[in-house]
Amino acid sequence: MTHEDVQADTGIPKSPNAEELDPFRGVDFSQLERSLRRPRTFMSMLLSGLITAMTLFALIPLFSVVGLLLWRGGRKLSIAAFTQLPPAPLDQNGGFGNAILGTLVIVGMAMLISVPIGVLSAIFLAQAKSGNRLASTVRFAAKVLTGFPSILAGVFAYGVVVTATGGYSALAGAVALSILMLPTILLTAEDAIRMVPSKMKEAAIGMGATDTQTVWMVLLPTAVPRILTGVMLAVARGAGETAPLLFTSLFSNYWLIWHGHVKLMQPTASLAVLIYNFAGMPFANQVELAWAAALVLVLLVLTANLIGQSLSRRQVE
Amino acid sequence: MPSAKSASPEAERPKSESPASASPESAPENGKGDPSIVMDCNIKELYYDDVKAVRDTKVPIQKNAVTAFIGPSGCGKSTVLRCLNRMNDLIRGFRFEGYVNYRGKDIYGPTVDPVAVRRYIGIVFQQPNPFATTVYNNVAFGLRLNGFKGDKAGTVEKALKSAALWDEVKDKLNSSGLSLSGGQQQRLCIARAIATEPEVLLMDEPCSALDPVSTRQIEDLMKELKKRFTIAIVTHNLAQAKRVADKTGFWYVDTTDGARTGYLVEFGDSGQIFDNPKEKETQEYIKGDFS
Repeated sequence: MTHEDVQADTGIPKSPNAEELDPFRGVDFSQLERSLRRPRTFMSMLLSGLITAMTLFALIPLFSVVGLLLWRGGRKLSIAAFTQLPPAPLDQNGGFGNAILGTLVIVGMAMLISVPIGVLSAIFLAQAKSGNRLASTVRFAAKVLTGFPSILAGVFAYGVVVTATGGYSALAGAVALSILMLPTILLTAEDAIRMVPSKMKEAAIGMGATDTQTVWMVLLPTAVPRILTGVMLAVARGAGETAPLLFTSLFSNYWLIWHGHVKLMQPTASLAVLIYNFAGMPFANQVELAWAAALVLVLLVLTANLIGQSLSRRQVE
Repeated sequence: MPSAKSASPEAERPKSESPASASPESAPENGKGDPSIVMDCNIKELYYDDVKAVRDTKVPIQKNAVTAFIGPSGCGKSTVLRCLNRMNDLIRGFRFEGYVNYRGKDIYGPTVDPVAVRRYIGIVFQQPNPFATTVYNNVAFGLRLNGFKGDKAGTVEKALKSAALWDEVKDKLNSSGLSLSGGQQQRLCIARAIATEPEVLLMDEPCSALDPVSTRQIEDLMKELKKRFTIAIVTHNLAQAKRVADKTGFWYVDTTDGARTGYLVEFGDSGQIFDNPKEKETQEYIKGDFS
């Protein structure tokens, strides 16, 4: 569209006088309209379309897995699945109540080990001066440990805990999982503490707070939502691990709590190992239970993730 | 002014009214003897690593008065203010020659705990910096630090009233301190600082992040607070210094040897500094900013 056309559309009379007075005289409006014929507009729209398509594509694995789990696992989901013990071969009933409890106890114990160590060392890392050798070594070790193959954590806990205590146990499983959870907790907690605005720290020191008071009364309370986000991510990772538990807590067909005693030093059932065991069995009931257990495990992990996300969102507000 | 030598500082404090208009030539040297001088600061040379940042600065801080520190950017006035409650200890490479006396005792002395110094000499910063907690907990923070056992709610209310903030926040003591407006946040920080009844209140450009209305409120507040506290304020706003300060010090930057070193040019009553400055640098700076 040319300059004259624009003028004609706006209805300005084409007297030479008006042309003289037109403040936009000589301005080229031809670039104003969107046109796919221009290469840069075309590229922009093409790439926008491409990234939208790829984003949708990335959702396919998640939704198809969840869909399959709901379809195959949902059928077997019942009160009995949550309350009964795993069935014997050819038994058409049964559930995986002890495995749910076992997973919760093992992950809970792993948290008891990794959260204090992780958060306290994160305080050290966040407060250490920039050139501190120990701090940079710990930070490097934690980053390496993030990509640590989980089966090695299992072998390590087998060597240290199982052989020392003389048997497979929930405790050994918790130690293995805590090794996997520690780096996530440590690194996110350090970030969380570092993200507390330095002016808040300055305010506390200006009020006459000691270092300890600054950490406990200002830095940690302000960082708690983000630290919990990291803990929840670590829990989500730990709960889904199978390999380390095969070496450490093994499996059990009985309840963890028996006649009022919590048997932490006995082989313990977990959802991940139950799925591993049952999915390969030639019995239809066991395979269906494995699907249902997988659904429950995914829901547990999803819940942990959602809690973590909602906590971090609250921090932003 | 009667000789206050016999009266102990503590007994004198609550009774004292607005500052006695001391003679214009109150000599900085006699800080130890004169009870009206709460702090006496003498910085011969101050370094950050090898950079000499400030030299030749002698500032007496007078009791129940507002002392303003003015001067161009980078002249070291904030640095000097932060020396007065050892906030500079946080900066690596900081060291200085000289002394900062608080009631005759050098706060940089080997036996002095810097944390304790900051409980007697509070500070309010340039950016309002409330904690990410409720209004109430912000003000009660200093009380909790000191393990205060008395009437916490009453003390918080008193501090908020002193900071001219009570009427605005009395119905939302449990909402976040960060939800307040900038001016309210700064008054909250002032309330937090005065809740523990420090003797001296340092203010590092407290109004530079605020709008004119909030600035005016804080200036009025300073005039009120100086009846109970001793105030030292760094400001870039000469009109503000003229409005609120009883005493004013003017710093300037010496660039002769390649480095930027700030030094105190002139110190005296605000009236004298603004209307009848003695030094050429002061005259030019004040003229330039008002014309």
